[in-house]
Amino acid sequence: MIHDLTLSSSGTNGTLIQIEHLTKVYKLGEVDVHALRGISVNVLRGEFVAIMGASGSGKSTFMNILGCLDTPTKGSYILEGIDVGKLSRDELALIRNKKIGFVFQGFNLLSRTSALENVELPLFYGPTSTKVRKEKAIKALDKVGLGDRIHHYPNQLSGGQQQRVAIARSLVNDPSIILADEPTGNLDSRTSVEVMDIFQELNDNGITIILVTHESDIAQFAKRHIVFQDGKIRADKVNSKPKIASEVIKELPLIDDEEEAA
Amino acid sequence: MKILNVILSAFRALRRNKMRSFLTMLGIIIGVAAVIAMLAIGQGAEYSVKEQIAALGTNVLMVFPGAQQQAGVRTAAGSATTLTEDDALAILKECSAVQYISPGAFAGGQVIAGNLNWSTSIQGVGSDYLEIRQWSVEYGEFFTDQDVKAAAKVCILGKTVADNLFRDISPVDQTIRIRSVPFKVVGVLTKKGQNAMGQDQDDVILSPYTTVIRRLSHWPNLRFVLVSATSLDNISTAQRQITELLRMRHKIQPFEADDFTIRNQADIAATATATTEVLTILLASIASVSLLVGGIGIMNIMLVSVTERTREIGIRMSIGARARDILTQFLIEALVLSLLGGITGIILGVAGSSVISSIAKWPTIITAFSIILSFGFSIAIGIFFGFYPARKAAMLNPIDALRYE
Repeated sequence: MIHDLTLSSSGTNGTLIQIEHLTKVYKLGEVDVHALRGISVNVLRGEFVAIMGASGSGKSTFMNILGCLDTPTKGSYILEGIDVGKLSRDELALIRNKKIGFVFQGFNLLSRTSALENVELPLFYGPTSTKVRKEKAIKALDKVGLGDRIHHYPNQLSGGQQQRVAIARSLVNDPSIILADEPTGNLDSRTSVEVMDIFQELNDNGITIILVTHESDIAQFAKRHIVFQDGKIRADKVNSKPKIASEVIKELPLIDDEEEAA
Repeated sequence: MKILNVILSAFRALRRNKMRSFLTMLGIIIGVAAVIAMLAIGQGAEYSVKEQIAALGTNVLMVFPGAQQQAGVRTAAGSATTLTEDDALAILKECSAVQYISPGAFAGGQVIAGNLNWSTSIQGVGSDYLEIRQWSVEYGEFFTDQDVKAAAKVCILGKTVADNLFRDISPVDQTIRIRSVPFKVVGVLTKKGQNAMGQDQDDVILSPYTTVIRRLSHWPNLRFVLVSATSLDNISTAQRQITELLRMRHKIQPFEADDFTIRNQADIAATATATTEVLTILLASIASVSLLVGGIGIMNIMLVSVTERTREIGIRMSIGARARDILTQFLIEALVLSLLGGITGIILGVAGSSVISSIAKWPTIITAFSIILSFGFSIAIGIFFGFYPARKAAMLNPIDALRYE
């Protein structure tokens, strides 16, 4: 099963993710915590989905399972035709490496490691040669507008820039989906919109994006909203008129203490 | 992840905490240096003891006349006059485990040859002396049994004496005067060099013991008898036979002490060797303890490092690192620490040994074995003490690791 991981175009009718009757039960001492109570949802290639919900609604658990960091208790999760629920730890690591790009709230960059090396990191765990690795990383950093800061360290970059390095890292292995977990949670409103602009641009280029957020402002940039409540999907609707981030930026006042060059 | 990348990133990780990495390594450095230096000292001592033994000849026994006892006051060993030529000959005849004997007498004095003179010791020995000492004649020949019986005035020169008395001509067949008694030189001994005490063994003149007793020392009894056993294994048998024989000949009652002393070189040698071996083991084990402590230091720091870098581990896992990648990463870090420490320790140990040997005038020997041993030890310590923290890191749950604050 693992050998066709490299074929990113498998799966049927453009369906990227097929989830059926997914449940997740945690054991917290004697108590069983039902984080997910039977979720069924499909995500097509090229979608931009916002997953919303209050804390405790199960959206983080759902995200962890989507990201192959966790496995479901029951139900099936099929990612590009691969039944992820049946994979070993190592196979899951391979899926994370090849098919999934993570963007976190806290950026999660390696400190005292340059932007370039941070972006190169996923490629270290694959067979990529040193030369190709560097080329790919520089390309990814160019895409997020940081081509001129590849040798900067995270502590020399602003929050927005750090998040863009993280996005470049998530892009570098040409993943099937980018999973963004509250990517704007640590950013001011202008920078948040700028990050959303990057996501929209990537999505326009065909990359599937799943975004977890509790801010409805941010969710407005996505094309589809899935709302979680008490471990179930309460609403799943198409956002027919997503906001365009590049236009929103123009209306925002410039904050002078944040230097940005997006 | 390719191994070279892992090693490079291990170096990078260790550079981030220079002071900490250095202090961790210091434990290994001191441990390895101590092991190397202690082994060098121990093996040096062992070597010099073995040298001494080899110089003495291991199957040699020395029989001395016992101390005199007069009204309870005992004088030095050898001061009694109880050891006679007949005793010596009886030892050779009666004791089956004895191969050669050489009765011994001493004299000292000024020796003159032509216009040169030299002060040396004259040893009266038997015709089998060279067999016992495993020595040989370089020019000429040794004196014979006939010479011994006749108390012939012949002598054999040690190399040092020959060099000092005869500058340009061969000493053989020349005449020298020892305390104005003329002696004919019949041979020159091969060079034997210094003994273990640093004495020049070639600064000697050998002559029949009969001659020395009658012409030079005028002391009727033997100063010692040099005995060689038929083999190394028979040393104690020979010693027992000689003891029984001499007690009988000297009519010593069962409750009385011996009036002679037998020194067994092999015993002394074996004891000395055993002592130095114990010394080596002792020193090395004490040093190993510090190596062990160094290893625990590595484990400690690696555990701290794993805890500190939990989030990094989570990040790495989320972007595709497998458990074994994380395991390798931390194991390599521990190995790099211990290996760098090991190499530095070896250099320091070698340098330290030569300093010790030049300051304390103590011979030190550094063998490939001790270097390989400590090198291997530091690798083993890196793996052993690095494994647990590395495994702990690899077994982390990626979600928990990512959330770790």
